[in-house]
Amino acid sequence: MAKYAFFLGCIAPLRYPGIEKSTRVVAEALGLELVDLEGAGCCPAPGVIRSFDRTTWIASAARNLALAEKQGLDIVTICNGCYGSLFDAAHELHEDPELLKSVNEILAEVGLEYKGTTKVRHFAEVLYNEVGIENIKAKITKPLEYQVAAFYGCHFLKPSKIKEIDDPENPHILDDLIEATGAKSMPRQKKTLCCGSGGGVKAGFPNVAKAFTKTNLENIQASGAQYIIDVCPFCHLQFDTAQADLGFSIPVLHLSQLYGIAMGMDAAELGLSAHKVPVTL
Amino acid sequence: MATPNPEFYKEIAENGGAGVTMCFQCGTCTAGCPSSKETAYKTRKAMRMAQLGLKDELLNSDDIWQCTTCYTCEERCPRGVPIVDTVVAIRNIAVKNGKMYDAHKKTATNLVKYGHTVAINDDVKAQRAKLGLPEVPPTLLADDAALADFKKIISKVGFDKLVE
Ligand code: SF4
Ligand code: SF4
Repeated sequence: MAKYAFFLGCIAPLRYPGIEKSTRVVAEALGLELVDLEGAGCCPAPGVIRSFDRTTWIASAARNLALAEKQGLDIVTICNGCYGSLFDAAHELHEDPELLKSVNEILAEVGLEYKGTTKVRHFAEVLYNEVGIENIKAKITKPLEYQVAAFYGCHFLKPSKIKEIDDPENPHILDDLIEATGAKSMPRQKKTLCCGSGGGVKAGFPNVAKAFTKTNLENIQASGAQYIIDVCPFCHLQFDTAQADLGFSIPVLHLSQLYGIAMGMDAAELGLSAHKVPVTL
Repeated sequence: MATPNPEFYKEIAENGGAGVTMCFQCGTCTAGCPSSKETAYKTRKAMRMAQLGLKDELLNSDDIWQCTTCYTCEERCPRGVPIVDTVVAIRNIAVKNGKMYDAHKKTATNLVKYGHTVAINDDVKAQRAKLGLPEVPPTLLADDAALADFKKIISKVGFDKLVE
């Protein structure tokens, strides 16, 4: 059984616990063992914290990477922001021995050392590359007939020259993962447009963030999709909380929740009461 | 008129934006940038200002804070300019110069206090319990020693002072 250190981040456990719950249930059903990365903190958020102070960002990220290394496990995350932060930080630390040395001088303060061996994985990519579409299909007990919008977000695939998961301009992996449940991923305009919330824009300039979200919602609505399927609690938060103001009401589900539904999870276990846009299944 | 300031370019370079010298001003980045479509921020222009080291223009404007770090520009840039790293470098310098928006300060303060960018609350505790999850997630929120370690790192790098 493949085993990973489960990195929770902030938004999933503290705002949409149903995403965390579904991930745990779905992982187990698919034969992935998730071990809690105890004591981990914020990734920390690449858009805000990295924008404020790179040293704080990389030292805090390195602490999380070192905790996983101590367990001898690679990290799996369910959030594009956490993935962006931890993957990029690991990449920088693995490529730059001087940087690693200086970060270790900071970690020494708390008796930690990062040797540089932790790999960082996104849950969606693990599903695709390690479990595989055929094995997923075999576990679907309740095939879905929804028409949905695949929302990739940004830091799942980009920067593609270090992530090498899929073509960032014309990706298919999330569509394939969605269609494994029987649901149909509807084609639409500007499929890879940012949700608007990254880089501190959601907090600093909420109307700018909403302008991005609105364009996305218009395109999603026009595609005939009934649900938005994301792979990031932060995109999820933006779509879920901005819609009322923008006059839309398209329910938002994380891929883990969609899989939970297709694997027969009880609606009460999906944590849908946390959602602002009501979700009817 | 704006005066080029090579010293400020050097500061950007030291903060991770050295690659901006590669930019030859084609404008591909602006053309695909969702923020350049919605705001006064224009990616190509910001890269030119960084090359020239136009300190006041870069630091005294909201523009550089409108980038969502979506990486669309970097994927398309024919010169491999590290655009997001350059934006981040300029932002780091702005923060060192005392510029931080209140909303950002709130997020940063949460990190310093809780080790997370958002706070836990009773409502989410109840939701977690209902789902059969531990009320407090198994992060540093449930581990005082881990939170103390995190805070030591934060004060070692001086982030607590930066946010005050
Ligand atoms: S796409 Fe690259 S080379 Fe062209 S203007 Fe933008 S940063 Fe410069
Ligand atoms: S990363 Fe920033 S500058 Fe580049 S396209 Fe996205 S919003 Fe524009």
